[in-house]
Amino acid sequence: MKQKQDVRQGTLALMVLKTLDVLGSQHGFGIARRIEQISGDLLAVNQGTLYPVLLKLEQEGAIASEWGASENNRRARFYRLTRVGHKQLETETREWEQTTAIIARFFEIKAGDLP
Amino acid sequence: MRFLRRLLTRALNFITRRSEDQRLREEIDQHIALQTAENLRAGMSPIEARRQAILKFGAVEAIREDYHAEQGLPFFETLLQDLRFAIRMLAKSPGFSVIAILTLGLGIGATTAIFSLVDATLLHPLPYPHPEELVRIEDDLPGAGAADAGISIPEFKDLQRSGIFQYLVLEIFGSANLTGVSQPSRMQYEGVSPPYFAMLGVKPELGQTFDPQDQTPGFSLDVVISDGLWKRAFGSDPHIVGRSLRVDNDLYRVIGVMPPGFRDPGRTVGERNTEQWAALGFSDDQARASNRSLRLPLETVGRLNPGLTVAAAQGQLDALVASLRKQFPGDYPPESKWTVRLVPLKENVVGNVRQSLILLLGAVALVLLIGCVNVANLLLARASARSREMAVRQALGAARKRLVRQLLTESLLLSLLGGVAGFVILFCIKGFLLRLIPESLPRLNDLSINLSMMLFALAVSIAAGVTFGLAPASQAGRLNLASTLRVEGRGSKGSTEQARTRRVLVVTEFALSLVLMVAAGLLLRSFWDLYKAPLGFNPQHVMSVQLWLPSPNDPKTDMYGTAAQEAVFARELLRRSRLLPGVREAALGAEPSIPLHHDRNLSALIVEGRQTQSNQPPMVERSQVTPEYFHLLEIPVLRGRLFNDGDDENAPPVAVINEAMARTYWRGEDPLGKRLKVGRGRAGVGQGASKTWITIVGVVADARTESLANPSIPQIYLSLYQETPKELAIFLRGDLNASAIPEEVRAMVQSVNPELPVYGAQTLDDAVSASLEQRRFSMDIVAAFAITALLLAALGIYGVISYIVSERTQEIGIRLALGARRGTILQMVLRQGLGLAMAGAGLGLVGSVIVSHLMAGLLYGIMPTDPLTFVGVTLVLTCVALAACYVPARRAMRVDPMVALHYE
Repeated sequence: MKQKQDVRQGTLALMVLKTLDVLGSQHGFGIARRIEQISGDLLAVNQGTLYPVLLKLEQEGAIASEWGASENNRRARFYRLTRVGHKQLETETREWEQTTAIIARFFEIKAGDLP
Repeated sequence: MRFLRRLLTRALNFITRRSEDQRLREEIDQHIALQTAENLRAGMSPIEARRQAILKFGAVEAIREDYHAEQGLPFFETLLQDLRFAIRMLAKSPGFSVIAILTLGLGIGATTAIFSLVDATLLHPLPYPHPEELVRIEDDLPGAGAADAGISIPEFKDLQRSGIFQYLVLEIFGSANLTGVSQPSRMQYEGVSPPYFAMLGVKPELGQTFDPQDQTPGFSLDVVISDGLWKRAFGSDPHIVGRSLRVDNDLYRVIGVMPPGFRDPGRTVGERNTEQWAALGFSDDQARASNRSLRLPLETVGRLNPGLTVAAAQGQLDALVASLRKQFPGDYPPESKWTVRLVPLKENVVGNVRQSLILLLGAVALVLLIGCVNVANLLLARASARSREMAVRQALGAARKRLVRQLLTESLLLSLLGGVAGFVILFCIKGFLLRLIPESLPRLNDLSINLSMMLFALAVSIAAGVTFGLAPASQAGRLNLASTLRVEGRGSKGSTEQARTRRVLVVTEFALSLVLMVAAGLLLRSFWDLYKAPLGFNPQHVMSVQLWLPSPNDPKTDMYGTAAQEAVFARELLRRSRLLPGVREAALGAEPSIPLHHDRNLSALIVEGRQTQSNQPPMVERSQVTPEYFHLLEIPVLRGRLFNDGDDENAPPVAVINEAMARTYWRGEDPLGKRLKVGRGRAGVGQGASKTWITIVGVVADARTESLANPSIPQIYLSLYQETPKELAIFLRGDLNASAIPEEVRAMVQSVNPELPVYGAQTLDDAVSASLEQRRFSMDIVAAFAITALLLAALGIYGVISYIVSERTQEIGIRLALGARRGTILQMVLRQGLGLAMAGAGLGLVGSVIVSHLMAGLLYGIMPTDPLTFVGVTLVLTCVALAACYVPARRAMRVDPMVALHYE
């Protein structure tokens, strides 16, 4: 069970980074909604789990945050990607693509294909 | 990198106790507000919109916890929390805490103290850089029965060229008269090849040491002195370098002073106390220099090339020896089996104390273990009182892991406090402990409380904490909630499992203390046997005082060069000695004739008409004495006659031997009238052997004058008037004033010759007890540990039996109500205690047999399985167990059935 959560947290972090990369500065709710829109129901139930991930990324220096005014004119915390975050996104994207490519190839191979 | 950065931020947050709860709360509010607004736009009712928003957000508390954990260091936060709780728990029961902390403190303190001794002697015996490279080189001739037979000059040069050694040094120890200073004194000197200090890697405090490249032949007149001599004889003169001093009437020049902590890595106490080093070179004697079978009475030490292990070096050396044996078959006949052996130099220090120290360390570890078991027992008792608390907490949702962790934190806190207490105790009694250590226990290092000891104490504390914390903690983890809560509700105590664990602990305790007590008992028996062994001489009312006649390098300045010259001096000394107050008898002897003197004086022996193999004759103890010696020490003559005043340089040379020597060399023959020659020192007969045959005129009884443990060491005595020693001892018997004698003898000797140092005054009684001191040291300590262990074990069994009695109060009440007799109840409880003690004793006996065989080398006169010790110790332990059980057993006997049943 613990392992599953780890994977999810890692995936979530990558999604957060990509979202901020695409949308620029964004508050928590904005990020959550964007991920929800794209991923369907991955975050449908537990949007709150996003916040510990945001804090972790911020403590790692991948993102920075500051207070700003939201669309309903209330104070909201806005997150943006830092230079470290950009780099992290690049490497993690590359790794992710490699992994998926390898896995994809495994799925493509059928028993008959083996020499 | 990322991980580090995150960790750093978290650690900072943890330290500054920064909390961003407020920020999270605001963000959550905002999130939900935005989601609600979106839901409203989607057409929900306001209440439903908010409800859905909250649902979608998830469990706020869990998220807040995650957030918090992410922010700080949850591990340490829990730890702090547990620590605070543990401190509160300890403070709540101060009696328990103090007993536990003191028990552990004593255990940890004692372990650390013994460890520091082991650290200084066994682990870091040589306080020089890269000590593992330092070796002693010993030439053996096993075919001729000779070990460490000395080295010849060509062999030494072969070794120098072998490429195995960085430095190679010859050394010889001796003592000499120091004059030209305020009070003539005797000091220990050492002649060394010039690279000696470079080899050790030690720099002088003042001036310089010898030039390692120095090749000057013969003795150089430059000396290096110790810090002690510098302070004692020269009043710490800062301009000492260049000053001269007289050693045996020869003038030497001081070139350097060694630092205060420096001690020579010698084999005996005397050698380690060397105060002056002179540079030694080969003389220009071609004959000596090329003779391979002429072994010098010198020791060889060296430093291996960096990176070369002793084993690898030994391999290279074996190859070298093999090729030399082939090259010089005449010098190395195959039957002599010449070999060269490398011995790590640290063996000088650790060789003969390793076993004692390991025994001490083992003993103290057992005491610590018993202490831990006791504390574990106390903790278990407390745990049974707290099992309700644990059950309630578990019922309320605390994870078992969490509870175990908290209990372990408590026991670790206890043991760390114990460690601190131990260290404080150690620090306070450090001076006292240092005085307990006998001087004969070799150490080149100063004992001090240092970082490595602190780390050791810390490690021991943690290990102890985990050891005694595991039992109660694991029990808390396995608590059966339902039954505990139900049973607790009824007011009964503990579980059967807890009772079983406590019994197992007590049995362990008994087994461990039995092992310790058997060890102590065996040591005590050995010591007692040694102490009570008939000495063969009478040390009472006898004192010996030493003096040393100088042997200057220039024979013309030697006042006592011939036997005749010295005999005159000796007779004058004897005459004046008899006039000293209280003296009834006086005798003179060479230094080795002082009973239980540590320096041995082995000499080569040639018996007339017998073939000696190769050039390695057998060795015997040799000393010279005046005729009065045997009567003064009350050593009886068995056959023939003793010396008389007429056995002087004009009479034919005579010898007296002891029974052991007669047995060894003339078994079944009459030794009287047999003739022999003896050499000087351990080298071949070629050097200094007497020129004429010496006739054996008498046989005396064996006496333990060489070693208390060995009564039959072959010994030969020569007449002092015929063979003149330089190192003299005056023996006095009578009603002596031990504190006045040294001064009286000094004045008397110096009235004959003011240049002679007088030293080493002692009563023979002191000499006897001094030779027992190392044994006494280990025996005292092991005995103290054993008694501590016994007390702890008694406490342990008392605790368990009390506990069992209080647990069975109702049952006992019922039995009494049903008519059981009180005596039966007493017996029942005692039988239970005895059962535990017996189980422990059985286990302990098995352990004792193993341990006693391991320590066989430390025993004297008894078998490792000495039945008296084993039976006696078991009896003592059983009695103590019964006594400890008696108190709770009486309580059980006096149980009032009414009260006990009402209790229910």
